[in-house]
Amino acid sequence: MTAQCEIKFSKPEAKKLLLQLSGDWKLENNIPDVTAVEKELQPDSGIQCISFCTSEVTGWDSGILTFLIKILDCCSKNNIRTEIDGLPQGVQRLLSLASAVAEREGARKEFVHEPFLVQIGSGTINFVRSTIEFLNFLGEVSVAFMRMLRGKARFRRLDFLLIIQDCGINALPIVSLICLLVGLILAFIAAIQLKMFGAQIYIASLVGIGMVRVLGAVMAGIIMAGRTSASFAAQIGTMEVNEEIDALKTTGISPIEFLVLPRVLALVLMMPLLCVFADLMGVLGGLIVGVGMLGISITEYYNMTVASVGIDYFLIGIFQSCVFGILVALSGCLRGMQCKRSASAVGDAATSAVVTGITSIVIATAIITILFNIIGI
Amino acid sequence: MTDSEPHIIVRDLTMAYGSFVVQRDLTFTINHGDIFIIMGGSGCGKSTLMRHMIGLQKPAAGQVIIDGFNFWNVDIQERETMMRNFGILYQSGALWSSMTLAENIALPLEEYTDLSTNDIKEVISLKLALVGLSGFEEYYPSEISGGMQKRAGLARAMALDPEILFFDEPSAGLDPISAKLLDDLILELRDSLGATVVIVTHELASIFAIGNNSVFLDPETKTMIAGGDPNKLLAESKNPKVQNFLTRGKNKL
Repeated sequence: MTAQCEIKFSKPEAKKLLLQLSGDWKLENNIPDVTAVEKELQPDSGIQCISFCTSEVTGWDSGILTFLIKILDCCSKNNIRTEIDGLPQGVQRLLSLASAVAEREGARKEFVHEPFLVQIGSGTINFVRSTIEFLNFLGEVSVAFMRMLRGKARFRRLDFLLIIQDCGINALPIVSLICLLVGLILAFIAAIQLKMFGAQIYIASLVGIGMVRVLGAVMAGIIMAGRTSASFAAQIGTMEVNEEIDALKTTGISPIEFLVLPRVLALVLMMPLLCVFADLMGVLGGLIVGVGMLGISITEYYNMTVASVGIDYFLIGIFQSCVFGILVALSGCLRGMQCKRSASAVGDAATSAVVTGITSIVIATAIITILFNIIGI
Repeated sequence: MTDSEPHIIVRDLTMAYGSFVVQRDLTFTINHGDIFIIMGGSGCGKSTLMRHMIGLQKPAAGQVIIDGFNFWNVDIQERETMMRNFGILYQSGALWSSMTLAENIALPLEEYTDLSTNDIKEVISLKLALVGLSGFEEYYPSEISGGMQKRAGLARAMALDPEILFFDEPSAGLDPISAKLLDDLILELRDSLGATVVIVTHELASIFAIGNNSVFLDPETKTMIAGGDPNKLLAESKNPKVQNFLTRGKNKL
């Protein structure tokens, strides 16, 4: 067992304090509290000089240094002379190294607590600023789109195809699984209620209309926000960190045209297709419950679905999915372009892309639903 | 063009992030064919100064004049035309990671020249050969080492035979021999292409070996405290900070 570290005080002369340290002064060894020493050094004690004796110290590490630095600070505050030649050579050298460069003034960060009103104010300013940033971004993307229509925008076709593959075909399995389950759940919940009235056949209408008009597009949109929007933000954010975006700008290539445009286009093209697929899978989920649990025949279910889901519902769903495609792609790209230069900033960008994506999808759904209600579709 | 003709003039330049001033009142001239070193301690705004000269950041005050045109006052199209004469090597190489080396070099060529696919291919092989990377056309940036990425970045910077080459810490992260080879390459490029070279660095060996003009930025006074030929600065400057920097702290005045 190692010797515990101990400290003894003695006064060989008047006004002089001798600290005798003994034992193993290491961080893990319960180093004595420095307040005991500070008490001895109070101005009213009349001590003007302290010295150390460390002949019984068997080992030391940073533990002894942090202890001594506190004592030395206290001494300089109380105008007490220190004689450190009683300390081991290495400790003396490290102490003088630690005090060699004085703390730079203003280098330490101060955390000021802001009053509530100031927080509200700066929050509002930030909100306005980020709205302006978003509108700017939207404007730039629109300009890039117009340039593309005039055949002037530049991006690589291969990039475009790869993005299409990534956000189209590669997203199919997850979109179909989720939408199948959503259709199943919807039918399941409805079945219990509708059974009471003997109206099981209306499950086909409920699932059909629900999926085709709203849920297919919304589910596909939310999945893409979690999947693709995050990946856009991370890709573009990493390019920002690597100065690749700067390199594009100085080469005279607009990052909006080169990076954002193909991503927006790819999603706007792929989202309706995913939406059609999501609709189908949702209806299939309802069919499984209807046929398996309620004993409706497949033909009956099919006829009921076709009879209740009009083409206008289908088109509304497709229209929504186009809007969601734009929103998801824009939120991913915007957060990527706003990314700061660090690894954690890339993570923040991805998170905030998903949050922005999902929020804007839900808000857009609400607006579109109300709008169509007003026009009466 | 004679060697003493000014190529880039920076006048009373003040750089700031919002209200935080990085450097103020910078005034210096870079002549044609100069190898101009921007030096100073870490965090003094060297890279920021370069960002102002290549069009990535707008000055808070002052002018950057290139070939007689005020870089930040001309309209955006004109500025882009001026930027076409720049070749820039970023600190990390900044190769576009989704493209092969060949595609990286091809992009500016496709953007600004009417060369046929075959001609572009030949130019790519030439540029890669110049930086010692023949045969690496189809590699992606992540598949080659950091030093090779730097050299590939240089090949891309030279793609359009620029009149001004900017280097942001070219030898950072390179072993001494690669750093020396890069220095030789920079000298060779200046001599053969007649380009003006602007380098951000604090690599003393490079500063003395290739620099013939310089500016020294000081983080404390937030302005330039010396300028001119680094070798002359070492011999003649009486400024303790400059001496300290150029001698790695050995000659404290």
